Amino acid sequence: MTVPENLHYTAEHEWVAIDGAVASVGITDFAQQALGDVVYVSVPAAGAAVTAGEPCGEVESTKSVSDIYSPVDGEVVEANPEIDDDPGLVNTDPYGAGWLLKIRLSDDTEPAGLLTAEEYSALTKEAE
Amino acid sequence: MTTPDTAKPRETPLRGVHERLGATMTGFAGWLMPLRYRSETAEHQAVRSAAGLFDLSHMGEISVSGPGAATALDYALVGHLSAVPPGRARYTMICAADGGILDDLIVYRLADEEFLVVANAANTDVVRDALRERAAGHDAQVTDQTAAFALIAIQGPAAAGILAPLTDVRLDGVKYYASHRGLVAGREVLLARTGYTGEDGFELFSSPEDAERIWATLTDAGSAAGLVPAGLAARDTLRLEAGMPLYGNELGPDTTPFDAGLGRVVKLGKPGDFVGRAALAAASQAPARRVLVGLRGATRRVPRHGYAVLWDGRRRGTVTSGAPSPTLGVPIAMAYVDPEVARLAAAGTADDQPSTDEHGAGGTADGRLAVDVRGRAEPALLTPLPFYHRIH
Repeated sequence: MTVPENLHYTAEHEWVAIDGAVASVGITDFAQQALGDVVYVSVPAAGAAVTAGEPCGEVESTKSVSDIYSPVDGEVVEANPEIDDDPGLVNTDPYGAGWLLKIRLSDDTEPAGLLTAEEYSALTKEAE
Repeated sequence: MTTPDTAKPRETPLRGVHERLGATMTGFAGWLMPLRYRSETAEHQAVRSAAGLFDLSHMGEISVSGPGAATALDYALVGHLSAVPPGRARYTMICAADGGILDDLIVYRLADEEFLVVANAANTDVVRDALRERAAGHDAQVTDQTAAFALIAIQGPAAAGILAPLTDVRLDGVKYYASHRGLVAGREVLLARTGYTGEDGFELFSSPEDAERIWATLTDAGSAAGLVPAGLAARDTLRLEAGMPLYGNELGPDTTPFDAGLGRVVKLGKPGDFVGRAALAAASQAPARRVLVGLRGATRRVPRHGYAVLWDGRRRGTVTSGAPSPTLGVPIAMAYVDPEVARLAAAGTADDQPSTDEHGAGGTADGRLAVDVRGRAEPALLTPLPFYHRIH
């Protein structure tokens, strides 16, 4: 299981990459392994407002379904256009081609309440 | 022996193999079992197109033997086991006096006075205790042999071809639901042509010490033909596509075999009394309380266990099992619904679109039949069971 050092994380197993005013969001390697083969991802379209800590989509796998929680406040600027045809990208490349959303942050300050790679790793070890 | 009800799960004789293969393990009915090795979808597809290897050592094996074994089982189970010839097996059930299902079983008649009852892992203790109680006075011994057996299944169209060179049993002489003692990889097994995947295949009961050797020999011989290890996740989608019920989902103490559409396993014509006879005789005559149906989701959101089935927006049933079908590429589910809804939905399907596609699902979803998928009604189609028929 990989937890890249340069990303932020949530306790709900999303990762966040902040680049200026835009946050890229996906689900972690730990989450995709726990879910198994992802068959469908539902995420809000560009223009939708999202709120930190609120469900904004869902991931269906063979065995289960999980909510996606927005890690930040903001507005969706792009949903991954590849994911509808190839939801398996979430399994094969969760931190890369399997990204889910790009969200324009609603204010300039660094989003609060996110976990570091170290904190997230510790959390997943507890879960095991 | 008893299963201690502690947090520490039981491990199968193949635990080390699963670990070396990097399996994702899961707790299941008190056992630590492989959920998947890599992709459960790939494992599922391998079983449909080539072969899969399963560790089923968690299943309960209960021996019933002695001069009164056959009559004891006739009394204890809903089937007519004394009519089964040695070397053959039956799918049957053990019911409570009220007709509710305690477990579904495969019973192998190994000899005139020797039967092997295979129970679901979660129910092994219940089945063993009920068999002991019901066998009292029948001159039969009931012994839980679960720890004395490993159980490996090889399933799929390539299974017979992979297994044939590794055994002294002539496989074309082993019919579906027949068993044979013989050697596999030089080790003694009970070889049975049974399974839970909708494919041809075999189940191999061996001593626990021989399990690794048998597993390794099958793996080495089968890899070139596409054999892969397969976990419980693939087993569940395979049996769902094949329309096979699962205890705890389609079957349970509040369900009779007639509710589940499996009234044929209840042999009301057999001689003598059996546990549940009066209740099951009544159930066989009564109008259906509910009907087990197949559903096909019209969207990509998946109906799952416990979700409400809606007709014109009102709850009229409950999903018992549901998953995205790897073979069909759409969500499928089994559900208990009100008999009237089953009738209306079937009529609607027939009227709207008389043609059926290759998988037998006719019609288009008109939205009257739907599943409440976490707060949103997703249209569904009534679909004949099973969802998948093998063509080999």
